[in-house]
Amino acid sequence: MKKLSKSSRSSFVNYAIVIIFYIIFQTLVSAGKLSSSLSGQLIPICTYVIMALALNLVVGISGELSLGHAGFMSVGAFSGVVVATALQDVITLSPLRLILAIITGAVIAAIAGTIIGVPVLRLQGDYLAIVTLAFGEIIKNVMNCLYIGADSHGLHFSMKDGNSLNMETGGTVIINGPMGALGIKKISTFLSAIILVLIVLFIIQNLVNSRAGRAIKAIRDNRIAAESCGLNIMKYKMMAFVLSAAMAGAAGALYALNYSTVVPKKFDFNTSILILVFVVLGGIGNLRGSIIAAAILTVLPELLRQFQDYRMLVYAIVLILVMIITNNSKAKEVFGKTLAKIFKRPAKGQA
Amino acid sequence: MKRKLLAILLSTAMICSLTACGGTGSTGNTTDSTNDSTADNTVEENTADAGTDAGADNTADAGAENAGEGGSLTGTLKLGIIGPLTGGAALYGNAVDHGAQIAVEEINAVSSDFKIELNAQDDEHDAEKSVNAYNNLKDWSAQAIIGCVTTTPCVAVASEAYADRMFMLTPSASATSVTEGNDNVFQLCFSDPNQGSASAQYIDDNGLAENIAIIYNNSDAYSTGIYQTFQAKADELGMNVVSVTTFTDDTANDFSVQLTEAQNAEADLIFLPIYYTPASLIMQQAASMDYEVEMFGVDGMDGILSLEGFDTSLAEGVMLLTPFSADATDDLTSSFVSKFEGAHSETPSQFAADGYDCPYAIYEALKYYADNNGGLNVDGMSYEDICDILVSVFSDSNFSVDGVTGEGMTWTAAGEVNKAPKAVVIEDGVYVGL
Repeated sequence: MKKLSKSSRSSFVNYAIVIIFYIIFQTLVSAGKLSSSLSGQLIPICTYVIMALALNLVVGISGELSLGHAGFMSVGAFSGVVVATALQDVITLSPLRLILAIITGAVIAAIAGTIIGVPVLRLQGDYLAIVTLAFGEIIKNVMNCLYIGADSHGLHFSMKDGNSLNMETGGTVIINGPMGALGIKKISTFLSAIILVLIVLFIIQNLVNSRAGRAIKAIRDNRIAAESCGLNIMKYKMMAFVLSAAMAGAAGALYALNYSTVVPKKFDFNTSILILVFVVLGGIGNLRGSIIAAAILTVLPELLRQFQDYRMLVYAIVLILVMIITNNSKAKEVFGKTLAKIFKRPAKGQA
Repeated sequence: MKRKLLAILLSTAMICSLTACGGTGSTGNTTDSTNDSTADNTVEENTADAGTDAGADNTADAGAENAGEGGSLTGTLKLGIIGPLTGGAALYGNAVDHGAQIAVEEINAVSSDFKIELNAQDDEHDAEKSVNAYNNLKDWSAQAIIGCVTTTPCVAVASEAYADRMFMLTPSASATSVTEGNDNVFQLCFSDPNQGSASAQYIDDNGLAENIAIIYNNSDAYSTGIYQTFQAKADELGMNVVSVTTFTDDTANDFSVQLTEAQNAEADLIFLPIYYTPASLIMQQAASMDYEVEMFGVDGMDGILSLEGFDTSLAEGVMLLTPFSADATDDLTSSFVSKFEGAHSETPSQFAADGYDCPYAIYEALKYYADNNGGLNVDGMSYEDICDILVSVFSDSNFSVDGVTGEGMTWTAAGEVNKAPKAVVIEDGVYVGL
């Protein structure tokens, strides 16, 4: 153990946290000791952990503000559902179908990420935030008009309405415009969700500690200096962005296959912001923080149900408290100035 | 450092004070304590009186009631409600919750041995939150669910409830996907196909229009669902649909494009399968364009007359299909409306009426079972057993309920309700039956 570098020790702690989380909750579930409220949230927690990790790669490691990550989640969710539903009769083994759905979700979200990344990553700062925000809304509206059905001839697409799919009788409509996907067979399991979290964690941690990861961080810290050293800015930014989009797509597929229905409206601006909140509260660039923040903040609204009408108010106060109490130095680097303005006092970072 | 300490202290104090409020809030929501907390004598008397009336009306057809001809119904039933109590759709969730609370107060007032305990949980009109709310109610050991109020969450919860064998009666989730394949889910409202095809049939039967335009919200499952079935029925009947235009929640402010297209296509009737807020804007804008056209709505249009700041003369001649109108004069409706207005100082919408009918339907069903099977004590019964009982009674064609949203409601085994749609027209600012 002594020979391990500081960063790999930190990585192993992260894996350990996820695995211990799994062991504890799996034991509780099999012993029947876990409330149905919590056991129903295990897969959503994993999904949001993956989303927070993916967004942290863009916001924390690569230093670009993306406000459209729910869009990638949406793309992944719906493509995953189409694959899982269309293959229902062909592949009866549900774990295999789940893997295929998650891979498809990741690939299609990565393609969307590439399409959006090429023009957008040439922008910086606020402009990037605005364009990604618009992208998220565009995805939502496109999905609202998208109709996909399956029958013995294969898949049918329409952007008009469900009646113009021209399906033979007995075909199923998989995605029905604003009604979203209905009657999804739930095939996500807690184990598969945890494995996906571990894979995502493995990819990000190895990327961050690799040569490419150092290049990405160098670009974040000083773009001009990095460029003058001969780093290909676009290549490394795209690497982080597309990887992040793919992970968000995988998370989307996992999420959608945990519910019997999923609608485009779910993946709106608010969801993007929610994930950004996880990242910011966990600490920008801090992977362990993202995992813990995503898990706690997903469960928190449910724990606050006893407050009834005041639930969301208490939730907001808790968020503010966490922000004040946790003294994350990295978060302060980015938000120190803003915080100082809001609280009208000098940023603690300099003190 | 001192300032930070102070800040933490203050916010902790704030949370504590909120906890106090929250406490009362939570008790306020379970109806048992509502009875106590609304210690207002007049209200209690009212409840008791009208409760007996309503009870008598409601049970008239089942025959053998409190007297205990058959077996008697005893115990306390834990009933959960799932609906959007906060967020954009909060209006509907709260209406259902308030309506159900009135019904439960009445039921608890008339029957001494049988009580219902209500617990309403918020789902923010979101499938994920709704499943969470459902699990929360399961932890509370709910025995049956009223909900969900909105369609998308309902589909998600229905499949969970189907796997668990928990009975669900949805007051207002109208899509067929809610009941499809789930034998434990029943609807109190018309399903979308019913509404869409009934509207098309009605327009065709009465020769209301030659050229029909449709404006619908294509970011909304309810609106799109009705549109699709309307269109299918219209094609079948050979009706002339000349213009179909859409809007989304984000563009529900300006309808001049849609109206101009309808006008250019010489439509003489516009079918509006949408909620009343955008519908009111469409009427205003049509009037300002001097475009005289008939408007035909569905149950989402109900509530347009109580919309604040809306000139009701614009809605003159608007026709709609709705199961409930607050202006009806029968005893059941008028007692419900006056009680609702007394408690919440607003006219009950169709959602409140649906919410009011749900506890009664479950109550009647349990009583029907108790009568035919020599008594029933619901205390400590598992939700699986309650589900089996309720499913068998609801599927029974001899079982019917009279409520404010329809007389003699019966259910098919598939979960759809049978009741007559009422077509009403707005004349001089009130609904008049057609």
